[in-house]
Amino acid sequence: MNRTTYSEIEGHSKSFYALAAVLALFVLCGFFCAYYMEHYGHYITGMSNQVVWGIPHVFAIFLIVAASGALNIASIGSVFGKRLYQPLGRFSGLLALALLVGGLVVLVLDLGRPDLLIVAMTHYNFSSVFAWNVFLYIGFMLVIAVYLWVQMERRMNRHVRAAARVAFIWRLVLTTGTGCIFGFIVAREAWHPLIMAPLFIAMSFAFGLAVYLLALLAACKGSNRDIGDVVVRRMGRLLAVQVTIVLGLTVIQHATNLLVSENVGVERFILLDGGNYTLLFWLGQVVTGSLVPMVLLFRLREPQDPNHTVSVASALVILGGFVQLYVLVIGGQAYPLNMFPGMEITSGFFDGVVAGYTPSLPEIGLALGGVALTGLIVLFGIKLLRFLPVSLANAAIDPHHVPHNGRV
Amino acid sequence: MIRKAAIEKHGTDPVFDPGRRNFLGSMAAAAGITLAPGVILYGIGKSSAASANAPTAAVTSDVRWGMLIDVNRCGEGCDDCVTACNTENGIRGHGRETTDAQWIRKLTISNPDNGTSKSLPVMCQHCADPPCVEVCPTGASFKRADGIVLVDKHSCIGCRYCMIACPYKARSFVHEALDNQKPHAPRGKGTVESCTMCVHRIDSDRQPACVEACSDTGGGAMLFGDLNNPASEISKRIAKFTTQQIRADLGLDPGVRYRNL
Repeated sequence: MNRTTYSEIEGHSKSFYALAAVLALFVLCGFFCAYYMEHYGHYITGMSNQVVWGIPHVFAIFLIVAASGALNIASIGSVFGKRLYQPLGRFSGLLALALLVGGLVVLVLDLGRPDLLIVAMTHYNFSSVFAWNVFLYIGFMLVIAVYLWVQMERRMNRHVRAAARVAFIWRLVLTTGTGCIFGFIVAREAWHPLIMAPLFIAMSFAFGLAVYLLALLAACKGSNRDIGDVVVRRMGRLLAVQVTIVLGLTVIQHATNLLVSENVGVERFILLDGGNYTLLFWLGQVVTGSLVPMVLLFRLREPQDPNHTVSVASALVILGGFVQLYVLVIGGQAYPLNMFPGMEITSGFFDGVVAGYTPSLPEIGLALGGVALTGLIVLFGIKLLRFLPVSLANAAIDPHHVPHNGRV
Repeated sequence: MIRKAAIEKHGTDPVFDPGRRNFLGSMAAAAGITLAPGVILYGIGKSSAASANAPTAAVTSDVRWGMLIDVNRCGEGCDDCVTACNTENGIRGHGRETTDAQWIRKLTISNPDNGTSKSLPVMCQHCADPPCVEVCPTGASFKRADGIVLVDKHSCIGCRYCMIACPYKARSFVHEALDNQKPHAPRGKGTVESCTMCVHRIDSDRQPACVEACSDTGGGAMLFGDLNNPASEISKRIAKFTTQQIRADLGLDPGVRYRNL
């Protein structure tokens, strides 16, 4: 049996230190922004009593959702026994952990009272989906840690499949939990309860894989490791399928909501006359984030080098993912509550009107700080431990591979 | 009046006997001295604190406080209830409409079919099944036994999930540092707050500030009382007239009812 060899990256080059410095700078900026927000209060952000969750939540949810999706690569290898994916498992675990930490840090630092985090860790209201999620997130970290350990410790390799199964089930439950944060809210018409959990699971598959592909391609390029077209092409096709599923569920999400007559207003707002939200939905989510990557990936042909196309498509999927969550989370809040169906409402508290939201610099800084923290963890992770295979060349991952046009 | 209502319902005055409580407190302190010298200070401290802060009556689920608002008697330009609430609870704006807290607000609802409009106050509806309590991860949002929904500022982490969940937009987030707070209505930067139904007043047998102001200088549109007591004025009116709950279809059973909506 062909055993994969893993190694740390050297991490002594100028570009390594430059990247680490840039990421560290963003992380520091993020912490400073969080301090600034906590010191002055949230009035310095674009968030308000109308739009209570803003850009930090969009980023945090993206990172958390992508975390569970990033672990799928490992699951495909260990749970479903696809040998092609097995060498990719360790990096998948590291990326999942880093994404989760980045997302949680943003979420926690945006709290009104982050200093009371210990309360959230010690007082649980078990009827709250949020409280379940605290358990699910902490548990996910432990599950990933164990999963990584049994993968990296040869004596424990025999437990990989069992650990992978637990991780796979855990991640499905975790994403279901994240979807339920929105699905269980009866007051907001944009968040249809039945579709949120499957939509979030599909989103996690797509966003996680897109992030994984970009990170893997960048890591291999940065450390001069071979990465064959077989694995990139295979994952590219998988990404295309997953993006298609997300788009399909998005169609179902809006179509089913349109069937409920009292929800027609919010659907009209998102799909037709919601200004920026409508524009973002069609141009950002549907065209840029779904249709273009689908066309790019489904049209990938055998002799063509897939790395560039898959990188561009992954970046577009990520961009579309942020836009999708922006429209869902912020658009869902901006649309006014329907307190008196059929009536027109006015008040001095912005009842009955679409709420405005313009993200401020501190909240954007905090959100980007979370992304940078994820990058920094991955960067030092692959420098310190053996997460990356020495080679992902076609022959290295599949001894039976028949070279195409001389490529290996 | 409130105590009277309770006496009517239960047949006895639920007010505790201060002499009996003091005697029990002294006994507890003496037991502390005798049995556990190491915890003596704690024992005495707790005992005296309990005496100092003793409520006049235990909160019980036999009572469910609620309000009935007659929309026909609510004047379009009148905001006495809002002013009274702000004064009572020390709520001051900072000139930032989108982030300034509002515990009670006046709404104008218009029927687009015939152009008629009505004015009404909306605040926390003190639901029997409050979604804010259900979603709060730490249990900071809670419902007292007597139906009043409150926020424990010591355990609110400021996640704002309750604001997302509330169908009445009744909650505000404190977006900045506050000063000159009222001792009976503590507020805190980074926490969520909403109408407390003037719980401090209720606990000392007084009416909520908005109800009092409405009957004094407003149109007398607001009535406060025990929804569980069939003999209370509010229950009698609810039994006699058609009343509505806002978004009754959600099944949250708000404690604030409206008439002529």
